[in-house]
Amino acid sequence: MAKVKGDIVIDIEKCKGCEVCITACPNDVIAMAKNVNGKGYHYAESINEECIGCANCAIVCPDGVITVYKIKL
Amino acid sequence: MSEITKEQIRQPENLVYTKTKLLTDKALSYCPGCGHGTAHRIVMEVIEELNAQSETIGIAPVGCSVLAYEFMNIDMQQAAHGRAPALATAVKRLMPEKLVFTYQGDGDLAAIGTAETIHACNRGENITIIFINNGIYGMTGGQMAPTTLPNMKASTCPYGRDVVTMGNPLKMTELVAQLPGVRYVTRQSVHTPGNVRKTKKAIRKAFDMQKENKGLTFVEIVSNCNSGWKMTPIQSNKWMEENMFPFYPLGDIKVDGQLVK
Repeated sequence: MAKVKGDIVIDIEKCKGCEVCITACPNDVIAMAKNVNGKGYHYAESINEECIGCANCAIVCPDGVITVYKIKL
Repeated sequence: MSEITKEQIRQPENLVYTKTKLLTDKALSYCPGCGHGTAHRIVMEVIEELNAQSETIGIAPVGCSVLAYEFMNIDMQQAAHGRAPALATAVKRLMPEKLVFTYQGDGDLAAIGTAETIHACNRGENITIIFINNGIYGMTGGQMAPTTLPNMKASTCPYGRDVVTMGNPLKMTELVAQLPGVRYVTRQSVHTPGNVRKTKKAIRKAFDMQKENKGLTFVEIVSNCNSGWKMTPIQSNKWMEENMFPFYPLGDIKVDGQLVK
């Protein structure tokens, strides 16, 4: 079992759907939503519980929309 | 072990990373996937680490990042096209205790501002130049820039850059590294988490050297321009790795006044 558990919170109205975070994530946690935000972009969303809170997605996000949390189990 | 809910994880004490407060809450005006946003953020993160929000003056260029002063929550001044190093020289000489940096694109720094850049570097002004190189004029519609690669297509060279008639790409970073007034020259990128961390360290090093009055520090960030290159952000990052990096190799070029490459 994983020793850490993370979670991400995405500001969907500021996300521009560039998908850079998807390639940066080591555990394939992020995918693009089918819905669109107010600007018409498909936004990133967390699709499973595999997040380890490494913050790679948040570090490469050009718009800084991702906030990362992590706890040790 | 009991299951942990997302609400339990999303507590302030578990926070690992969030956008720095030194960036304003305005939505960035850049295209999706543009490296400018990441570059803005890491510059502001370094200033936050140095606790220098009230002691930093940034100079915004002309180009895509002309509105940098809208996003960077520090004192900023916007310069005429290419004149950012000249303005930074004036600011630094009048207020030597301030941390002064310019943030310029390749059209600004390598085309119209070549003279200002080279002379500021040659004088060894105690400023930091952050140079975003995407090999194209992004804001005006993807025209050929001095940094456009040979055979690379742009709207003013639709069959690719022909070096016989259009000249060779200009490696500004290698050029300024030859000048004695320049203390630190490096080339980095911001397309992967590892590269972002390295770039942040390079900017930190540049600002630290400026604080010690050691001369001009120059950080080039090779970036993508997916709109100008007519690609998706992911494709443009891959294209950049395959085509830009062989011509613009990453790494330190001059450290502590000594050429290392």
